[in-house]
Amino acid sequence: MQEIIKALEERRAGARLGGGQRRIDTQHGKGKLTARERIEVLLDPGSFEEYDMFKTHRTTEFGMGEQIVPGDGVVTGWGTIDGRLVYVFSQDFTVFGGSLSETHAEKICKIMDLAVQNGAPVIGLNDSGGARIQEGVASLGGYAEVFWRNVQASGAVPQISVIMGPCAGGAVYSPAMTDFIYMVRDTSYMFVTGPDVVKTVTNETVTHEELGGASTHTRVSSVADAAFDNDIETLLEVRRLFSYLPLSAREKPPAWPTVDVTDRAEPSLDTIIPPNANTPYDMHEVVRKIADEGEFLELQAEHARNILTGFVRLDGETVGVVANQPMVLAGCLDIDSSKKAARFIRFCDAFDIPILTFVDVPGFLPGTAQEYGGIIKHGAKLLFAYAEATVPKVTVITRKAYGGAYDVMASKHIRADVNYAWPSAEIAVMGAKGASEILYRSELGDPDKIARRTKDYEDRFANPFVAAERGFIDDVIMPHNTRRRVIGALRTLRNKRATTPIKKHDNIPL
Amino acid sequence: MFSKILIANRGEIACRVIKTAREMGIATVAVYSDADREALHVKMADEAVHIGGSPASESYLLGDRILKACAETGAEAVHPGYGFLSENTRFAEACAKAGVTFIGPPPGAIADMGDKITSKKIAAEAGVSTVPGYMGLIADADEAVRIANEIGYPVMIKASAGGGGKGMRIAWDDEEAREGFERSKSEAASSFGDDRIFIEKFVTNPRHIEIQVLADGHGNAVYLGERECSIQRRNQKVIEEAPSPFLDEATRKAMGEQAVALAQAVDYQSAGTVEFIVDGDKNFYFLEMNTRLQVEHPVTELITGLDLVELMLRVAAGEKLPVTQADVKLNGWAIESRIYAEDPYRNFLPSTGRLTRYRPPAEMASGTEIVRNDTGVFEGGEISTFYDPMIAKLCSWAPDRIAAIDVMQKALDGFELEGIGHNVPFLQAVMSQARFRDGALTTGYIAEEFPDGFSGVEHDPESLRKLGAMALAAVHQRQRRAHTNADLPEMAVMVGDARWDYAVEEEAGKLTLFHDDHEPIILRTGWTPVDATMTAIVNDEEITARLSLTTSGARIRWRGADLAFKVVPVHIADLWHLMPVKAPPDLSKLLLCPMPGQVVRIDVAEGDVVEDGQVLAIVEAMKMENVLRAEKRARVASIKCEAGAILAVDEVIMEFEAP
Repeated sequence: MQEIIKALEERRAGARLGGGQRRIDTQHGKGKLTARERIEVLLDPGSFEEYDMFKTHRTTEFGMGEQIVPGDGVVTGWGTIDGRLVYVFSQDFTVFGGSLSETHAEKICKIMDLAVQNGAPVIGLNDSGGARIQEGVASLGGYAEVFWRNVQASGAVPQISVIMGPCAGGAVYSPAMTDFIYMVRDTSYMFVTGPDVVKTVTNETVTHEELGGASTHTRVSSVADAAFDNDIETLLEVRRLFSYLPLSAREKPPAWPTVDVTDRAEPSLDTIIPPNANTPYDMHEVVRKIADEGEFLELQAEHARNILTGFVRLDGETVGVVANQPMVLAGCLDIDSSKKAARFIRFCDAFDIPILTFVDVPGFLPGTAQEYGGIIKHGAKLLFAYAEATVPKVTVITRKAYGGAYDVMASKHIRADVNYAWPSAEIAVMGAKGASEILYRSELGDPDKIARRTKDYEDRFANPFVAAERGFIDDVIMPHNTRRRVIGALRTLRNKRATTPIKKHDNIPL
Repeated sequence: MFSKILIANRGEIACRVIKTAREMGIATVAVYSDADREALHVKMADEAVHIGGSPASESYLLGDRILKACAETGAEAVHPGYGFLSENTRFAEACAKAGVTFIGPPPGAIADMGDKITSKKIAAEAGVSTVPGYMGLIADADEAVRIANEIGYPVMIKASAGGGGKGMRIAWDDEEAREGFERSKSEAASSFGDDRIFIEKFVTNPRHIEIQVLADGHGNAVYLGERECSIQRRNQKVIEEAPSPFLDEATRKAMGEQAVALAQAVDYQSAGTVEFIVDGDKNFYFLEMNTRLQVEHPVTELITGLDLVELMLRVAAGEKLPVTQADVKLNGWAIESRIYAEDPYRNFLPSTGRLTRYRPPAEMASGTEIVRNDTGVFEGGEISTFYDPMIAKLCSWAPDRIAAIDVMQKALDGFELEGIGHNVPFLQAVMSQARFRDGALTTGYIAEEFPDGFSGVEHDPESLRKLGAMALAAVHQRQRRAHTNADLPEMAVMVGDARWDYAVEEEAGKLTLFHDDHEPIILRTGWTPVDATMTAIVNDEEITARLSLTTSGARIRWRGADLAFKVVPVHIADLWHLMPVKAPPDLSKLLLCPMPGQVVRIDVAEGDVVEDGQVLAIVEAMKMENVLRAEKRARVASIKCEAGAILAVDEVIMEFEAP
């Protein structure tokens, strides 16, 4: 017995060393933590319980029979974040470059199955050179097993991917199907084909960073939701994100006690709408000032900045915020912003997170680039996502709500539950000038007449009352009371039940 | 006394006048421009009249509009505040003609004192000490040397037409005077086409000290002591105090009596200020007289207990001054800090925009301290580009100078301002400097103490340790919320290269931080995460600092420093040294159009040196104006488009080079 225990200790020590001290030093030299160090940072101290520490691959080809490392390049298990259960895998770049073998995949699959069964999120820390080439198709099979589980878990438990090194080729599709991707600046990249292949095939010269670095994926491609300067900051940010999420679709999101009173008035919001309708203001300020303790966890902050998406807490409870941003492109909807918001709304709906929408939208962005790019179908994604969502939906129109974009942005008609407008709201088919130029085309030559017509149109429609008279707006609220009114509305919606017709699943215009 | 007055001004001074008028039971009328529709002075006044467009030239400077507003509202008198029409002879005359009392001196006094040469002449005749100099034409270098000897070295040799230091020389002896004259003369000829030269006394280590006077229409005049305004940046006063740490009783009396003599020489009525330049040997020389209420009048009010606005109103209404010179007693010490919307970290570039947060320290008055804040803004208000960038005048009073500085320092600690750049960190840096606390001031103070501009204050390790403990206390509250029952791990606090590890014990609102090498730190605070400022008792010392939580710790702003504390469990801190140190991002040398749109305006020219944050151009897209700003200090090498141009996204607007 003593000998077994001694052997166990030795085996554990061996496994903990992963690819050996030299490779650990190399990993550190790149400014990266090891797989186990990352888990220590991510989870509550001492909470990690590891599975399959002794698991090894079964390949003998290409000399692999001589190269056996217990754990096979990935550390898996469970632990807690703020005391809440989470399953984790962390790829170990010091062992065969973190490459994915059949057994490596089996380890990941095991904890994913447990996560779905037990209703807890999965966090994957990715740092892998790709497939274990020596294993051939067995490795590919392993990937697909993971992919299939990503899809099964989608909507059942939150899945978070953290890219902390290379993630290339087929490997990218596992993170791609999870709910959130965080990246580490300068030390992580993701792409389907690397710069060498790109060069051979298309003759483009491009660096790893340009092709698939954090800045590419947070700004241009929208593949990643956020990026941070180093491993530690990224993992601490993952902890922060986790604090907003429910453990599974079976549970409500966590409520945090707060000292922020629900009826806190914000008089400064009464002056945030500039006197000139063409002057922008920062929607972040509105979101922060109504949120508990001013905290807004923004996602995809660098991409499609004309719409804001992210989480706040209201009276301690998680709420998803979608808000037009007048500072960028006047807050109009376009392909990127529609896709960004639609995906966020679907996450909230899947996990029972109420959606709060702030509207200041002049319409859809016109132009050939948008039409050729399929704004019709992409804009429809946002409309579809809002319309199908059955979670509580509260909408506040701060200024413009023009045309089709009014309908799309969680209007009453697509079943938002409570719709408020600030006194500055203008709900109309279009801006007054444009409208009068169409209605009175014959008078276009006479600027005075058009100005008078514009004024008439403004007087009639540049206010929230026409919509309120029809019940499209439930109430016109003072901006300084927004926090109190929104929290009140969400309270009434706590036990909301909405039914949808029986179907296998809907057919969102992907 | 008047029953209704109009205040022909805006901002803090309008609010200041309204306050006193209201206390005296006088109804008030505000005037406002387009940009000031929502302004505080409009809300405070009993009535408000719109008088025109946002630029002052279309509103606050239009005397006829003001008088029309008086007629409409039945205001019997106009208080002009400072700036705008306050020293405008024609406006004062127009008031008289319209039968409206101008709350200020008679037009003649404004005219006499408004002209530099006339005022000097009148002052000299009234026996006021003026800078010795020779105003006539100087024939040659020999005459220049003779005059210089009469005045006494050092002397300043200046071109009559000169400005900006051109054609100006300082001479300490005959040889320098001779050479200086020749060179100034030829420089003046080539630069200005006018080679007239004059010579005056060069004042070394100059201080700006001014005397507050007050005169009524019955021949009475008093002086209310002095104010020292030596802390200036580019001739803009930043910190003022009363009394001056430099004057003795005899000099004060001499300056005061000369100031009163000057006021009487021009039949002055109302409040006025006689400015002097004072050298290191307490020689003082007349500079000019300001015939209005000064920005910095509150410090005089705090040490005399008088309300200058009230006295101006009484004098204007024809009353006799209620005080005689014997009644004027200077009590304690008062300091004023001007809070400006300018960013000290960006070479004091003016910063305009929305005040997303404005929470000044609470005003208070006790027998040992007073905090007073004169302001015209509010949270959610706008600092506009049209007017001067002053946000507030924060004043402190205490029985002695050091105590008054300490009261000011604490008040600044709790001043919450967000949304725009502001000079609070800079003011705090000055308040902490030994030279300032010693009162060793000159008008060159800021240039001498901050030769390379302002880049923040470095605090001693002990202060950092205490601030770090505050950061820990904030993070601790967040952790407590998440792990209500769990044991908290040992925590590390890190800033710069420093690191302290603590075991934390919490008991009845008190945190004890145990450290292996130091005495434990005991900390109490009522802070909660809704507060933007933490006041904590750290080992018996009370510290107030701006504090906000971050993911890895807390950001603390305190006394001119902006610190990012990391507060993490020890096992995470142990790994932090492995994290790469990132070079600051390489900012592009190009300004690219961020969106398809039309260039509305370009605010800079080729060759301009722009500061970080400066407005470069405005691009309109989707009918929305987007302000493009410089991301670092640079010189504009070339501008690639004109106003009106339609640009695609990422089209080059301008290129930069090293400044």
